[in-house]
Amino acid sequence: MLRFVARRVALTIPVLLGVATLVFSLIHLIPGDPAHAMLGEAAAEADVAALRARLGLDRPLLEQYTDFLGGLVRGDLGTSMRTGEPVATLIAERVPATFELASAAMLVAVVVALPLGIAAAVWRGTAIDHGAMAAAMAGMSIPNFWLGPLLAIIFAVELGWLPVSGRGSLAHLVLPAVSLGLALAAMLARMTRASLLEELREPYVRAARARGVSRPRAVIVHAFRNSLVPVVTILGLQSGAVLTGAVITETIFAWPGIGRLLVQSIGFRDYPLVQGCILLIAVTYVAVNLLTDLAYGLLDPRIRYE
Amino acid sequence: MTRIGIAIVGLAVLAALAGPAVTGIDPAFQNLPLRLQGPSAEHWFGLDELGRDILARLLAGARISLLVGAAVVGISATVGMVLGALAGYYGGIVDEAVSRVCDVLLAFPGLLLAIAIVAVLGPSLTNVVLALTLIGWVGYARLVRGQVLRVRELEYVQAARALGAATPRILARHILPAVLPALTVQATLGMGGAILAEASLSFLGLGVQPPTPSWGTMLNYGRSHLLDAPHLTIFPGLAIAALVLGFNFLGDGLRDALAPEMSERGRG
Repeated sequence: MLRFVARRVALTIPVLLGVATLVFSLIHLIPGDPAHAMLGEAAAEADVAALRARLGLDRPLLEQYTDFLGGLVRGDLGTSMRTGEPVATLIAERVPATFELASAAMLVAVVVALPLGIAAAVWRGTAIDHGAMAAAMAGMSIPNFWLGPLLAIIFAVELGWLPVSGRGSLAHLVLPAVSLGLALAAMLARMTRASLLEELREPYVRAARARGVSRPRAVIVHAFRNSLVPVVTILGLQSGAVLTGAVITETIFAWPGIGRLLVQSIGFRDYPLVQGCILLIAVTYVAVNLLTDLAYGLLDPRIRYE
Repeated sequence: MTRIGIAIVGLAVLAALAGPAVTGIDPAFQNLPLRLQGPSAEHWFGLDELGRDILARLLAGARISLLVGAAVVGISATVGMVLGALAGYYGGIVDEAVSRVCDVLLAFPGLLLAIAIVAVLGPSLTNVVLALTLIGWVGYARLVRGQVLRVRELEYVQAARALGAATPRILARHILPAVLPALTVQATLGMGGAILAEASLSFLGLGVQPPTPSWGTMLNYGRSHLLDAPHLTIFPGLAIAALVLGFNFLGDGLRDALAPEMSERGRG
Protein backbone atom coordinates (compact mmCIF):
# COMPACT_ATOMS: atom_id res chain seq x y z
CA MET A 1 0.00 0.00 0.00
CA LEU A 2 2.86 2.39 0.85
CA ARG A 3 4.36 1.89 -2.60
CA PHE A 4 0.98 2.60 -4.16
CA VAL A 5 0.63 5.84 -2.15
CA ALA A 6 4.21 6.90 -2.98
CA ARG A 7 3.67 6.20 -6.69
CA ARG A 8 0.42 8.17 -6.81
CA VAL A 9 1.91 11.12 -4.91
CA ALA A 10 4.97 11.11 -7.18
CA LEU A 11 2.69 11.22 -10.24
CA THR A 12 1.01 14.32 -8.81
CA ILE A 13 4.20 16.38 -8.58
CA PRO A 14 4.70 16.98 -12.34
CA VAL A 15 1.00 17.85 -12.62
CA LEU A 16 1.33 20.44 -9.86
CA LEU A 17 4.42 21.85 -11.56
CA GLY A 18 2.47 22.08 -14.84
CA VAL A 19 -0.41 23.81 -13.06
CA ALA A 20 1.97 26.33 -11.47
CA THR A 21 3.64 26.96 -14.85
CA LEU A 22 0.31 27.56 -16.55
CA VAL A 23 -0.86 29.90 -13.79
CA PHE A 24 2.46 31.77 -13.98
CA SER A 25 2.12 32.20 -17.73
CA LEU A 26 -1.41 33.63 -17.41
CA ILE A 27 -0.12 37.11 -16.67
CA HIS A 28 2.10 36.91 -19.75
CA LEU A 29 -0.87 36.05 -21.96
CA ILE A 30 -2.32 39.52 -21.42
CA PRO A 31 -2.20 41.25 -24.80
CA GLY A 32 0.36 44.05 -24.79
CA ASP A 33 1.95 45.21 -21.56
CA PRO A 34 0.37 43.49 -18.51
CA ALA A 35 1.15 46.48 -16.26
CA HIS A 36 -0.57 48.80 -18.74
CA ALA A 37 -3.56 46.50 -18.93
CA MET A 38 -3.88 46.43 -15.14
CA LEU A 39 -3.67 50.19 -14.66
CA GLY A 40 -5.70 51.13 -17.73
CA GLU A 41 -4.91 53.07 -20.87
CA ALA A 42 -4.82 56.45 -19.13
CA ALA A 43 -2.13 55.44 -16.60
CA ALA A 44 1.03 57.54 -16.40
CA GLU A 45 4.22 55.90 -17.73
CA ALA A 46 5.91 56.28 -14.34
CA ASP A 47 3.09 54.36 -12.61
CA VAL A 48 3.24 51.65 -15.25
CA ALA A 49 7.01 51.33 -14.82
CA ALA A 50 6.63 51.22 -11.03
CA LEU A 51 4.03 48.45 -11.26
CA ARG A 52 6.17 46.55 -13.72
CA ALA A 53 9.03 46.68 -11.25
CA ARG A 54 6.76 45.75 -8.31
CA LEU A 55 5.45 42.69 -10.15
CA GLY A 56 8.94 41.83 -11.33
CA LEU A 57 7.87 42.04 -14.97
CA ASP A 58 11.03 43.96 -15.84
CA ARG A 59 13.21 40.98 -14.96
CA PRO A 60 14.16 38.06 -17.23
CA LEU A 61 11.34 35.53 -17.66
CA LEU A 62 13.32 32.64 -16.16
CA GLU A 63 14.09 34.69 -13.06
CA GLN A 64 10.40 35.61 -12.73
CA TYR A 65 9.46 31.94 -13.05
CA THR A 66 11.92 30.68 -10.43
CA ASP A 67 10.86 33.49 -8.07
CA PHE A 68 7.23 32.52 -8.61
CA LEU A 69 7.90 28.87 -7.83
CA GLY A 70 10.04 29.82 -4.82
CA GLY A 71 7.21 32.03 -3.56
CA LEU A 72 4.75 29.17 -3.90
CA VAL A 73 6.96 26.89 -1.85
CA ARG A 74 7.06 29.56 0.90
CA GLY A 75 3.31 30.16 0.63
CA ASP A 76 3.88 33.59 -0.89
CA LEU A 77 1.38 34.20 -3.70
CA GLY A 78 2.27 37.86 -4.18
CA THR A 79 0.39 41.01 -3.22
CA SER A 80 -3.06 42.17 -4.23
CA MET A 81 -2.84 45.20 -6.49
CA ARG A 82 -6.05 46.65 -5.15
CA THR A 83 -5.73 46.24 -1.40
CA GLY A 84 -1.96 45.81 -1.05
CA GLU A 85 -2.54 42.81 1.22
CA PRO A 86 -0.83 39.46 0.68
CA VAL A 87 -2.84 37.31 -1.74
CA ALA A 88 -2.42 34.30 0.55
CA THR A 89 -4.08 36.20 3.43
CA LEU A 90 -7.02 37.33 1.28
CA ILE A 91 -7.56 33.79 0.02
CA ALA A 92 -7.19 32.22 3.47
CA GLU A 93 -10.00 34.48 4.74
CA ARG A 94 -12.34 33.13 2.07
CA VAL A 95 -11.47 29.43 2.22
CA PRO A 96 -13.84 28.51 5.10
CA ALA A 97 -16.86 29.96 3.25
CA THR A 98 -16.14 28.02 0.06
CA PHE A 99 -15.38 24.85 2.01
CA GLU A 100 -18.68 25.22 3.85
CA LEU A 101 -20.64 25.76 0.64
CA ALA A 102 -18.93 22.95 -1.28
CA SER A 103 -19.42 20.48 1.60
CA ALA A 104 -23.09 21.42 1.96
CA ALA A 105 -23.63 21.12 -1.81
CA MET A 106 -22.07 17.65 -1.81
CA LEU A 107 -24.26 16.65 1.12
CA VAL A 108 -27.35 17.86 -0.77
CA ALA A 109 -26.19 15.88 -3.79
CA VAL A 110 -25.77 12.65 -1.82
CA VAL A 111 -29.06 13.03 0.05
CA VAL A 112 -30.98 13.61 -3.18
CA ALA A 113 -29.09 11.24 -5.47
CA LEU A 114 -28.88 8.03 -3.49
CA PRO A 115 -32.65 7.49 -2.90
CA LEU A 116 -33.37 8.57 -6.49
CA GLY A 117 -30.74 6.22 -7.98
CA ILE A 118 -31.74 3.30 -5.74
CA ALA A 119 -35.45 3.74 -6.54
CA ALA A 120 -34.69 3.89 -10.27
CA ALA A 121 -32.61 0.71 -10.12
CA VAL A 122 -34.99 -1.26 -7.91
CA TRP A 123 -38.01 -0.34 -10.04
CA ARG A 124 -36.08 -0.47 -13.32
CA GLY A 125 -38.16 0.09 -16.45
CA THR A 126 -41.15 1.46 -14.53
CA ALA A 127 -42.55 4.98 -14.41
CA ILE A 128 -40.46 5.58 -11.27
CA ASP A 129 -37.27 4.77 -13.18
CA HIS A 130 -38.21 6.90 -16.19
CA GLY A 131 -39.34 9.77 -13.98
CA ALA A 132 -36.19 9.67 -11.85
CA MET A 133 -33.87 9.55 -14.86
CA ALA A 134 -35.76 12.31 -16.69
CA ALA A 135 -35.47 14.43 -13.54
CA ALA A 136 -31.76 13.62 -13.38
CA MET A 137 -31.26 14.60 -17.01
CA ALA A 138 -33.14 17.85 -16.42
CA GLY A 139 -31.00 18.49 -13.34
CA MET A 140 -27.85 18.09 -15.43
CA SER A 141 -29.16 20.50 -18.06
CA ILE A 142 -30.43 23.31 -15.85
CA PRO A 143 -27.68 25.90 -15.42
CA ASN A 144 -27.03 26.73 -11.77
CA PHE A 145 -26.94 30.42 -12.66
CA TRP A 146 -30.60 30.05 -13.57
CA LEU A 147 -31.64 27.66 -10.84
CA GLY A 148 -30.13 29.93 -8.17
CA PRO A 149 -32.19 33.03 -9.05
CA LEU A 150 -35.33 30.89 -9.53
CA LEU A 151 -34.93 29.36 -6.07
CA ALA A 152 -34.34 32.84 -4.68
CA ILE A 153 -37.56 34.13 -6.29
CA ILE A 154 -39.63 31.26 -4.90
CA PHE A 155 -38.17 30.63 -1.45
CA ALA A 156 -36.74 34.02 -0.52
CA VAL A 157 -38.92 36.56 -2.30
CA GLU A 158 -42.33 34.92 -2.64
CA LEU A 159 -42.43 32.65 0.40
CA GLY A 160 -39.94 34.58 2.53
CA TRP A 161 -38.66 31.37 4.10
CA LEU A 162 -34.97 31.87 3.45
CA PRO A 163 -32.56 34.80 3.12
CA VAL A 164 -31.82 35.82 -0.47
CA SER A 165 -28.06 36.29 -0.07
CA GLY A 166 -25.09 36.55 2.27
CA ARG A 167 -23.54 34.21 4.82
CA GLY A 168 -24.19 33.80 8.50
CA SER A 169 -26.77 31.31 9.66
CA LEU A 170 -27.62 27.84 8.41
CA ALA A 171 -30.60 29.36 6.59
CA HIS A 172 -28.19 31.38 4.44
CA LEU A 173 -26.55 28.16 3.31
CA VAL A 174 -29.68 26.37 2.06
CA LEU A 175 -30.32 28.09 -1.28
CA PRO A 176 -26.68 28.27 -2.46
CA ALA A 177 -26.07 24.64 -1.43
CA VAL A 178 -29.21 23.35 -3.17
CA SER A 179 -28.54 25.38 -6.30
CA LEU A 180 -24.94 24.12 -6.45
CA GLY A 181 -25.67 20.55 -5.40
CA LEU A 182 -28.53 19.61 -7.70
CA ALA A 183 -26.50 19.17 -10.89
CA LEU A 184 -24.11 16.89 -9.00
CA ALA A 185 -27.10 15.06 -7.54
CA ALA A 186 -28.39 14.42 -11.05
CA MET A 187 -25.11 12.91 -12.17
CA LEU A 188 -24.74 10.86 -8.97
CA ALA A 189 -28.29 9.51 -9.29
CA ARG A 190 -27.53 8.22 -12.78
CA MET A 191 -24.30 6.66 -11.59
CA THR A 192 -25.96 5.11 -8.51
CA ARG A 193 -28.64 3.53 -10.70
CA ALA A 194 -26.15 2.16 -13.22
CA SER A 195 -23.78 0.87 -10.56
CA LEU A 196 -26.54 -0.73 -8.51
CA LEU A 197 -28.05 -2.43 -11.58
CA GLU A 198 -24.67 -3.93 -12.33
CA GLU A 199 -24.29 -5.22 -8.79
CA LEU A 200 -27.82 -6.64 -8.79
CA ARG A 201 -26.81 -8.87 -11.69
CA GLU A 202 -23.88 -10.33 -9.73
CA PRO A 203 -24.12 -13.98 -8.60
CA TYR A 204 -23.69 -13.10 -4.92
CA VAL A 205 -26.94 -11.10 -4.96
CA ARG A 206 -28.78 -13.96 -6.64
CA ALA A 207 -27.24 -16.33 -4.10
CA ALA A 208 -28.43 -14.14 -1.24
CA ARG A 209 -31.94 -14.11 -2.71
CA ALA A 210 -31.80 -17.90 -3.10
CA ARG A 211 -30.89 -18.17 0.59
CA GLY A 212 -34.12 -16.38 1.37
CA VAL A 213 -32.81 -12.84 1.87
CA SER A 214 -35.61 -10.39 1.10
CA ARG A 215 -35.30 -8.19 -1.99
CA PRO A 216 -35.01 -4.88 -0.08
CA ARG A 217 -32.33 -6.42 2.17
CA ALA A 218 -30.48 -7.85 -0.84
CA VAL A 219 -30.51 -4.43 -2.45
CA ILE A 220 -29.59 -2.31 0.55
CA VAL A 221 -27.29 -4.57 2.57
CA HIS A 222 -25.59 -6.52 -0.21
CA ALA A 223 -25.67 -4.76 -3.56
CA PHE A 224 -25.84 -1.12 -2.51
CA ARG A 225 -22.69 -1.24 -0.37
CA ASN A 226 -20.63 -2.59 -3.23
CA SER A 227 -22.17 -0.24 -5.76
CA LEU A 228 -20.94 2.69 -3.68
CA VAL A 229 -17.29 2.42 -4.79
CA PRO A 230 -17.76 4.03 -8.22
CA VAL A 231 -20.27 6.46 -6.75
CA VAL A 232 -17.74 7.69 -4.18
CA THR A 233 -15.15 8.00 -6.95
CA ILE A 234 -17.48 10.12 -9.04
CA LEU A 235 -18.24 12.25 -6.01
CA GLY A 236 -14.53 12.91 -5.56
CA LEU A 237 -13.91 13.58 -9.23
CA GLN A 238 -16.90 15.90 -9.42
CA SER A 239 -15.54 18.04 -6.59
CA GLY A 240 -13.95 20.08 -9.37
CA ALA A 241 -17.33 20.82 -10.89
CA VAL A 242 -18.52 21.89 -7.44
CA LEU A 243 -15.55 24.24 -7.05
CA THR A 244 -16.13 25.80 -10.49
CA GLY A 245 -19.88 25.94 -9.89
CA ALA A 246 -19.12 27.73 -6.63
CA VAL A 247 -17.65 30.61 -8.67
CA ILE A 248 -21.10 31.24 -10.14
CA THR A 249 -23.17 30.32 -7.07
CA GLU A 250 -21.11 32.55 -4.80
CA THR A 251 -21.57 35.41 -7.27
CA ILE A 252 -25.36 34.94 -7.35
CA PHE A 253 -25.84 34.64 -3.60
CA ALA A 254 -23.11 37.11 -2.55
CA TRP A 255 -21.42 34.24 -0.72
CA PRO A 256 -18.02 35.50 0.49
CA GLY A 257 -15.87 32.63 -0.81
CA ILE A 258 -12.98 32.09 -3.21
CA GLY A 259 -15.27 32.05 -6.27
CA ARG A 260 -16.67 35.47 -5.57
CA LEU A 261 -13.18 36.75 -4.77
CA LEU A 262 -12.04 35.44 -8.17
CA VAL A 263 -14.86 37.18 -10.06
CA GLN A 264 -14.27 40.41 -8.14
CA SER A 265 -10.53 40.29 -8.78
CA ILE A 266 -11.18 39.76 -12.52
CA GLY A 267 -13.42 42.84 -12.47
CA PHE A 268 -10.65 44.89 -10.79
CA ARG A 269 -7.94 43.40 -13.04
CA ASP A 270 -6.15 42.34 -9.89
CA TYR A 271 -4.16 39.66 -11.71
CA PRO A 272 -1.98 38.46 -8.80
CA LEU A 273 -5.21 37.73 -6.92
CA VAL A 274 -6.72 36.05 -10.01
CA GLN A 275 -3.61 33.86 -10.22
CA GLY A 276 -3.83 33.01 -6.53
CA CYS A 277 -7.50 32.01 -6.69
CA ILE A 278 -7.02 29.90 -9.82
CA LEU A 279 -3.99 28.20 -8.32
CA LEU A 280 -5.74 27.41 -5.05
CA ILE A 281 -8.80 25.92 -6.76
CA ALA A 282 -6.67 23.83 -9.14
CA VAL A 283 -4.39 22.55 -6.36
CA THR A 284 -7.41 21.70 -4.20
CA TYR A 285 -8.88 19.77 -7.11
CA VAL A 286 -5.63 17.87 -7.69
CA ALA A 287 -5.44 17.07 -3.96
CA VAL A 288 -9.05 15.81 -3.84
CA ASN A 289 -8.41 13.69 -6.94
CA LEU A 290 -5.33 12.22 -5.30
CA LEU A 291 -7.26 11.42 -2.12
CA THR A 292 -10.05 9.84 -4.18
CA ASP A 293 -7.48 7.77 -6.01
CA LEU A 294 -5.93 6.64 -2.74
CA ALA A 295 -9.35 5.88 -1.24
CA TYR A 296 -10.22 3.83 -4.30
CA GLY A 297 -6.99 1.88 -3.88
CA LEU A 298 -7.89 1.28 -0.26
CA LEU A 299 -11.39 0.08 -1.11
CA ASP A 300 -10.43 -2.07 -4.07
CA PRO A 301 -7.05 -3.83 -3.62
CA ARG A 302 -6.87 -4.73 -7.33
CA ILE A 303 -6.18 -1.07 -8.15
CA ARG A 304 -2.99 -1.14 -6.04
CA TYR A 305 -1.38 -3.79 -8.21
CA GLU A 306 -2.16 -2.29 -11.59
CA MET B 1 -36.21 10.69 -25.17
CA THR B 2 -33.98 10.71 -28.24
CA ARG B 3 -36.95 11.96 -30.27
CA ILE B 4 -37.53 14.77 -27.80
CA GLY B 5 -33.84 15.63 -28.15
CA ILE B 6 -34.07 15.67 -31.95
CA ALA B 7 -37.20 17.85 -31.76
CA ILE B 8 -35.62 20.38 -29.38
CA VAL B 9 -32.34 20.61 -31.29
CA GLY B 10 -34.18 20.78 -34.64
CA LEU B 11 -36.39 23.56 -33.35
CA ALA B 12 -33.39 25.48 -32.04
CA VAL B 13 -31.57 25.15 -35.38
CA LEU B 14 -34.66 26.35 -37.25
CA ALA B 15 -35.07 29.25 -34.83
CA ALA B 16 -31.42 30.18 -35.26
CA LEU B 17 -31.70 30.02 -39.05
CA ALA B 18 -34.91 32.03 -39.21
CA GLY B 19 -33.71 34.32 -36.43
CA PRO B 20 -35.58 37.53 -35.75
CA ALA B 21 -37.58 37.01 -38.99
CA VAL B 22 -39.91 34.83 -36.89
CA THR B 23 -41.08 37.79 -34.85
CA GLY B 24 -40.40 40.48 -37.43
CA ILE B 25 -38.90 42.58 -34.63
CA ASP B 26 -35.34 43.89 -34.61
CA PRO B 27 -33.66 42.40 -31.51
CA ALA B 28 -31.72 45.64 -31.03
CA PHE B 29 -34.77 47.93 -31.28
CA GLN B 30 -35.30 49.78 -28.01
CA ASN B 31 -38.76 50.77 -26.83
CA LEU B 32 -37.75 52.55 -23.64
CA PRO B 33 -41.22 53.69 -22.51
CA LEU B 34 -42.27 50.02 -22.39
CA ARG B 35 -39.12 48.73 -20.66
CA LEU B 36 -39.53 45.68 -18.40
CA GLN B 37 -43.08 45.11 -19.68
CA GLY B 38 -44.22 41.54 -19.05
CA PRO B 39 -45.39 39.04 -21.69
CA SER B 40 -48.24 40.29 -23.88
CA ALA B 41 -49.94 39.38 -27.17
CA GLU B 42 -47.55 41.69 -29.01
CA HIS B 43 -44.39 40.67 -27.15
CA TRP B 44 -44.84 37.04 -26.14
CA PHE B 45 -41.88 36.92 -23.78
CA GLY B 46 -42.05 40.59 -22.76
CA LEU B 47 -39.46 43.34 -23.02
CA ASP B 48 -36.09 43.72 -21.31
CA GLU B 49 -34.50 46.57 -19.34
CA LEU B 50 -34.02 48.62 -22.53
CA GLY B 51 -37.43 47.79 -23.98
CA ARG B 52 -36.06 45.20 -26.44
CA ASP B 53 -38.19 42.21 -27.42
CA ILE B 54 -36.98 39.21 -25.42
CA LEU B 55 -38.21 36.60 -27.93
CA ALA B 56 -36.39 38.36 -30.79
CA ARG B 57 -33.23 38.47 -28.66
CA LEU B 58 -33.60 34.80 -27.72
CA LEU B 59 -33.84 33.87 -31.38
CA ALA B 60 -30.78 35.95 -32.20
CA GLY B 61 -29.05 34.47 -29.14
CA ALA B 62 -29.77 30.93 -30.43
CA ARG B 63 -27.42 31.70 -33.30
CA ILE B 64 -24.64 32.66 -30.90
CA SER B 65 -25.20 29.60 -28.71
CA LEU B 66 -25.24 27.14 -31.61
CA LEU B 67 -22.37 28.90 -33.36
CA VAL B 68 -20.17 28.82 -30.26
CA GLY B 69 -21.18 25.21 -29.56
CA ALA B 70 -20.43 24.11 -33.11
CA ALA B 71 -17.13 26.03 -33.28
CA VAL B 72 -15.89 24.77 -29.91
CA VAL B 73 -16.94 21.17 -30.53
CA GLY B 74 -15.72 21.18 -34.16
CA ILE B 75 -12.26 22.54 -33.38
CA SER B 76 -11.87 20.60 -30.11
CA ALA B 77 -12.94 17.31 -31.69
CA THR B 78 -10.59 17.79 -34.66
CA VAL B 79 -7.58 18.72 -32.53
CA GLY B 80 -8.40 16.02 -29.98
CA MET B 81 -8.87 13.40 -32.67
CA VAL B 82 -5.53 14.15 -34.33
CA LEU B 83 -3.52 14.32 -31.09
CA GLY B 84 -5.33 11.36 -29.52
CA ALA B 85 -4.82 9.24 -32.63
CA LEU B 86 -1.12 10.09 -32.81
CA ALA B 87 -0.65 9.42 -29.08
CA GLY B 88 -2.52 6.13 -29.22
CA TYR B 89 -0.94 4.88 -32.42
CA TYR B 90 2.68 5.86 -31.91
CA GLY B 91 2.84 5.56 -28.11
CA GLY B 92 6.25 6.34 -26.59
CA ILE B 93 7.30 9.96 -26.36
CA VAL B 94 4.35 11.24 -28.43
CA ASP B 95 1.93 9.55 -26.07
CA GLU B 96 3.84 10.80 -23.03
CA ALA B 97 3.84 14.39 -24.29
CA VAL B 98 0.12 14.44 -25.17
CA SER B 99 -0.86 12.63 -21.97
CA ARG B 100 1.13 14.95 -19.70
CA VAL B 101 -0.38 18.06 -21.33
CA CYS B 102 -3.81 16.48 -20.86
CA ASP B 103 -3.02 15.76 -17.20
CA VAL B 104 -2.09 19.37 -16.53
CA LEU B 105 -5.15 20.76 -18.33
CA LEU B 106 -7.42 18.31 -16.52
CA ALA B 107 -6.02 19.54 -13.22
CA PHE B 108 -8.07 22.70 -13.77
CA PRO B 109 -11.65 21.81 -12.94
CA GLY B 110 -14.38 22.52 -15.47
CA LEU B 111 -14.54 26.09 -16.59
CA LEU B 112 -11.81 27.42 -14.32
CA LEU B 113 -9.09 27.63 -16.94
CA ALA B 114 -11.50 29.13 -19.47
CA ILE B 115 -12.43 31.79 -16.90
CA ALA B 116 -8.74 32.50 -16.33
CA ILE B 117 -7.92 32.68 -20.05
CA VAL B 118 -10.83 34.99 -20.90
CA ALA B 119 -10.01 37.10 -17.83
CA VAL B 120 -6.53 37.83 -19.16
CA LEU B 121 -7.31 37.96 -22.89
CA GLY B 122 -10.42 40.07 -22.42
CA PRO B 123 -14.08 39.18 -22.94
CA SER B 124 -15.14 38.53 -26.54
CA LEU B 125 -16.80 35.84 -28.62
CA THR B 126 -13.49 34.81 -30.20
CA ASN B 127 -11.76 34.52 -26.84
CA VAL B 128 -14.63 32.43 -25.48
CA VAL B 129 -14.26 29.98 -28.37
CA LEU B 130 -10.47 29.98 -27.93
CA ALA B 131 -10.66 29.39 -24.17
CA LEU B 132 -13.28 26.65 -24.43
CA THR B 133 -11.35 24.94 -27.23
CA LEU B 134 -8.12 25.04 -25.23
CA ILE B 135 -9.77 23.01 -22.48
CA GLY B 136 -12.21 21.14 -24.72
CA TRP B 137 -9.84 19.08 -26.90
CA VAL B 138 -8.52 17.11 -23.94
CA GLY B 139 -11.66 14.98 -23.52
CA TYR B 140 -11.67 14.06 -27.22
CA ALA B 141 -7.94 13.30 -27.22
CA ARG B 142 -8.33 10.95 -24.24
CA LEU B 143 -11.31 9.22 -25.81
CA VAL B 144 -9.63 8.77 -29.20
CA ARG B 145 -6.35 7.66 -27.64
CA GLY B 146 -8.15 4.94 -25.69
CA GLN B 147 -10.09 3.80 -28.72
CA VAL B 148 -7.00 3.77 -30.94
CA LEU B 149 -5.09 1.71 -28.37
CA ARG B 150 -7.87 -0.86 -28.61
CA VAL B 151 -8.40 -0.77 -32.37
CA ARG B 152 -4.73 -0.81 -33.43
CA GLU B 153 -4.36 -4.33 -32.06
CA LEU B 154 -7.34 -5.68 -34.03
CA GLU B 155 -6.57 -8.18 -36.75
CA TYR B 156 -7.70 -6.10 -39.70
CA VAL B 157 -5.38 -3.27 -38.66
CA GLN B 158 -2.49 -5.67 -38.23
CA ALA B 159 -3.33 -7.13 -41.64
CA ALA B 160 -3.21 -3.66 -43.21
CA ARG B 161 0.14 -3.07 -41.53
CA ALA B 162 1.44 -6.44 -42.76
CA LEU B 163 0.35 -5.57 -46.29
CA GLY B 164 2.59 -2.51 -46.09
CA ALA B 165 -0.06 0.22 -45.79
CA ALA B 166 1.40 3.58 -44.78
CA THR B 167 0.66 4.88 -41.27
CA PRO B 168 -1.47 7.86 -42.39
CA ARG B 169 -3.56 5.48 -44.51
CA ILE B 170 -3.97 3.01 -41.63
CA LEU B 171 -5.04 5.82 -39.33
CA ALA B 172 -7.39 7.48 -41.80
CA ARG B 173 -8.92 4.42 -43.48
CA HIS B 174 -8.87 1.75 -40.81
CA ILE B 175 -8.59 3.22 -37.33
CA LEU B 176 -10.45 6.54 -37.32
CA PRO B 177 -13.66 5.17 -38.86
CA ALA B 178 -13.83 2.75 -35.92
CA VAL B 179 -13.40 5.66 -33.51
CA LEU B 180 -16.02 7.90 -35.14
CA PRO B 181 -19.16 6.53 -33.39
CA ALA B 182 -17.74 7.22 -29.94
CA LEU B 183 -16.45 10.60 -31.13
CA THR B 184 -19.89 11.51 -32.51
CA VAL B 185 -21.53 10.68 -29.19
CA GLN B 186 -18.97 12.71 -27.26
CA ALA B 187 -19.36 15.64 -29.67
CA THR B 188 -23.15 15.64 -29.31
CA LEU B 189 -22.93 15.63 -25.53
CA GLY B 190 -20.14 18.21 -25.87
CA MET B 191 -22.49 20.59 -27.70
CA GLY B 192 -24.64 20.84 -24.58
CA GLY B 193 -21.54 21.38 -22.45
CA ALA B 194 -20.14 24.06 -24.76
CA ILE B 195 -23.46 25.93 -24.87
CA LEU B 196 -23.67 25.83 -21.08
CA ALA B 197 -20.05 26.95 -20.78
CA GLU B 198 -20.56 29.91 -23.12
CA ALA B 199 -23.67 30.92 -21.20
CA SER B 200 -21.77 30.61 -17.90
CA LEU B 201 -18.94 32.84 -19.14
CA SER B 202 -21.41 35.36 -20.56
CA PHE B 203 -23.31 35.28 -17.28
CA LEU B 204 -20.09 36.21 -15.47
CA GLY B 205 -19.59 39.07 -17.92
CA LEU B 206 -16.67 37.25 -19.57
CA GLY B 207 -18.38 36.12 -22.74
CA VAL B 208 -20.30 37.77 -25.52
CA GLN B 209 -20.49 41.49 -24.92
CA PRO B 210 -23.60 43.68 -25.27
CA PRO B 211 -25.37 44.65 -27.43
CA THR B 212 -24.87 41.22 -29.10
CA PRO B 213 -27.65 39.05 -27.68
CA SER B 214 -26.44 36.01 -25.76
CA TRP B 215 -28.57 33.90 -23.47
CA GLY B 216 -26.01 34.04 -20.65
CA THR B 217 -25.66 37.82 -20.92
CA MET B 218 -29.46 38.19 -20.93
CA LEU B 219 -29.62 36.17 -17.72
CA ASN B 220 -26.87 38.26 -16.17
CA TYR B 221 -28.71 41.51 -16.86
CA GLY B 222 -32.04 39.98 -15.88
CA ARG B 223 -30.64 39.17 -12.43
CA SER B 224 -30.86 42.80 -11.32
CA HIS B 225 -34.59 42.77 -12.15
CA LEU B 226 -35.34 39.52 -10.40
CA LEU B 227 -38.01 41.11 -8.22
CA ASP B 228 -39.73 43.53 -10.59
CA ALA B 229 -39.40 41.67 -13.91
CA PRO B 230 -38.66 37.93 -13.43
CA HIS B 231 -39.48 37.24 -17.10
CA LEU B 232 -36.04 38.66 -17.96
CA THR B 233 -34.53 35.72 -16.09
CA ILE B 234 -37.06 32.99 -16.73
CA PHE B 235 -37.09 32.86 -20.55
CA PRO B 236 -33.34 32.90 -21.28
CA GLY B 237 -32.83 30.27 -18.57
CA LEU B 238 -35.55 28.08 -20.04
CA ALA B 239 -33.96 28.41 -23.48
CA ILE B 240 -30.52 27.35 -22.19
CA ALA B 241 -31.91 24.45 -20.14
CA ALA B 242 -34.09 23.22 -23.02
CA LEU B 243 -31.31 23.30 -25.60
CA VAL B 244 -28.77 21.63 -23.30
CA LEU B 245 -31.39 19.03 -22.37
CA GLY B 246 -32.05 18.46 -26.09
CA PHE B 247 -28.38 17.78 -26.80
CA ASN B 248 -28.11 15.56 -23.70
CA PHE B 249 -31.13 13.48 -24.77
CA LEU B 250 -29.75 13.25 -28.29
CA GLY B 251 -26.27 12.32 -27.06
CA ASP B 252 -27.70 9.68 -24.72
CA GLY B 253 -29.73 8.17 -27.56
CA LEU B 254 -26.76 8.17 -29.90
CA ARG B 255 -24.63 6.58 -27.20
CA ASP B 256 -27.06 3.73 -26.69
CA ALA B 257 -27.26 3.22 -30.47
CA LEU B 258 -23.66 3.79 -31.57
CA ALA B 259 -21.36 3.26 -28.60
CA PRO B 260 -23.06 1.45 -25.72
CA GLU B 261 -19.65 0.77 -24.15
CA MET B 262 -19.46 4.49 -23.30
CA SER B 263 -22.54 4.27 -21.05
CA GLU B 264 -22.18 4.67 -17.31
CA ARG B 265 -21.16 1.07 -16.51
CA GLY B 266 -23.55 -0.24 -19.13
CA ARG B 267 -26.50 1.76 -17.78
CA GLY B 268 -28.61 -1.37 -17.47
